[in-house]
Amino acid sequence: MVSNDMVEIRWHGRGGQGAKTACMLLADAAGLQGKFVQGFPEYGPERMGAPITAYNRISEQRCTIHSFIYDPNYVVVVDETLLDSIDVTGGLKASGAIIINTPCSPQEMRPRLRGWTGKVCTIDARRISEEILGRNLPNTPMLGAVVKVSGVLESERFLVDIEESFQNKFAGKPQLIQGNLATLKKSMEEVQIG
Amino acid sequence: MSSPLSGNEAVAYAMKQINPDVMGAFPITPSTEIPEYFAQYVANGEVDTEYVTVESEHSSMSVCIAAQAAGARAISATSSCGLALMYELLYVAASCRLPITLACVNRALSGPININHDYSDSMGARDSGWIQIYAENNQEAYDNFIMAMPVGEIPSVRLPVMTCMDGFITSHAVENIELLETDAVRRFIGEYRPENYLLKKENPLAVGPYDVSPYYMEHKVLEAEAMKAAKARILEVAAEFEKISGRHYGLFEEYKMEDAELVLVLIGSTAGTAKAAVDKLREDGVKAGLVKIRVFRPFPGEELARALAGTRAVAVMDKSEGFSANGGPLFAETRSALYDLKERPYTIDIVYGLGGRDIRVEDFEKIFSRLANIAQTGEIGPVYTHMGQRSKEETV
Repeated sequence: MVSNDMVEIRWHGRGGQGAKTACMLLADAAGLQGKFVQGFPEYGPERMGAPITAYNRISEQRCTIHSFIYDPNYVVVVDETLLDSIDVTGGLKASGAIIINTPCSPQEMRPRLRGWTGKVCTIDARRISEEILGRNLPNTPMLGAVVKVSGVLESERFLVDIEESFQNKFAGKPQLIQGNLATLKKSMEEVQIG
Repeated sequence: MSSPLSGNEAVAYAMKQINPDVMGAFPITPSTEIPEYFAQYVANGEVDTEYVTVESEHSSMSVCIAAQAAGARAISATSSCGLALMYELLYVAASCRLPITLACVNRALSGPININHDYSDSMGARDSGWIQIYAENNQEAYDNFIMAMPVGEIPSVRLPVMTCMDGFITSHAVENIELLETDAVRRFIGEYRPENYLLKKENPLAVGPYDVSPYYMEHKVLEAEAMKAAKARILEVAAEFEKISGRHYGLFEEYKMEDAELVLVLIGSTAGTAKAAVDKLREDGVKAGLVKIRVFRPFPGEELARALAGTRAVAVMDKSEGFSANGGPLFAETRSALYDLKERPYTIDIVYGLGGRDIRVEDFEKIFSRLANIAQTGEIGPVYTHMGQRSKEETV
């Protein structure tokens, strides 16, 4: 039930930024690669801008655990202002990494992480999405960054599968498909690991 | 293997495959996505269901009752306060012996208002005459919905069926799932051909008239007999379902029970988390096991007593309060079922997870540790406790 290969990811974002959607897309892509997956949000009183959490479990065997994730391998912070109000590195495994949406470098971010000594990765998801999609939609670039940093999915295959997911998701807005793919690729190239 | 689906999407997909005659549709969190997905199927012409949008759950169930009484197959989906608003109609549906199928996505019932999971909604409806079948995950939610109609529609049963899944934990979590081919689902469900219905011209009948005392009790006894008959039918349908799906279902699932001494009895997704704890304890040589109740109505009392005979200590886990001052509803049923055993295990009740409070693998380790202590000392301590309160020292 609990396999050693299981990767657990915790997403921190704000309502409206698409953290839950990115979490679901990751589950979808991992499922297409033959993995067993879970993708689920933690809901409070929903409103734009309120902190939200979402979770992924990805493994080779079906995981029956349905609690939230307290000791993740990776933490994704979709909104860096959350660093001041939420203990985002809480329970993060020492061998893991935190991935933050920020224009700053990993070295600049480290002092804000309450003594976290593990890997810090940064990506300017806002700039990437604004440049390519013309809007601040940070979730897709963050998805690209977590796939790259975690290595949980095979990157080439991920890009092929996710294109298919986008085709379903954006069936009514086909212009978004190539833009979102481009943001994914760009963030996979640009993510800084420190 | 299909793409991962959420519980809501899986049940909506089962509904599409079934292509029922009528859906009474009114949204409420966390079941809202079910009528949403289904509305798309209707709009796309993928089903020819009469999709009736109404102004309340009282009306969505009324639509189902009218449709089913007219000889159609009717479905609905709801949660929490929506189920509460159907309360009167639930009894009408069951007593009129109308095998409606309702997807109940469990959510705490007000108040205080809360959108997250517990069983206070469906446990409140446990005496309404509906069959209740609970799911651990999206796969079971899908499978249970497909099995519901063959269970409810058979003349020996003719009762409505509520298939329950955990709000958010199951309804909004995407997980891998194996779907059946639509043709296989339709063959499995078959055509609905009730012997009698409202508009049958050879035998016109009234449905739901006043019932006088000289007859009322006989009707209720028939309803009670139907609920007893449902047990065998649920197993029959499960056996048929296994032939087309390869997946086995019973009245409950026994997990590592062959030689188990310390046992949990529980419902739903929590059982999955508890299985991980059982696995861990088994590695340490603890004879831990669990029974996951799938069918709560009819309650499998005799079968459960057999499964628990020979165990030493049992913790019943209630994810709804019940306010009986004597333990939660699952505890009441379980302890009553054990009464006729010559040698009974020690039994305690743990109320947990109200309003979506999370429960972790580590919590179960504490519960098993308490059970070990009870088995060893024979001292039960408090029979009925609430676990995981933020203001208290952690006592299980």
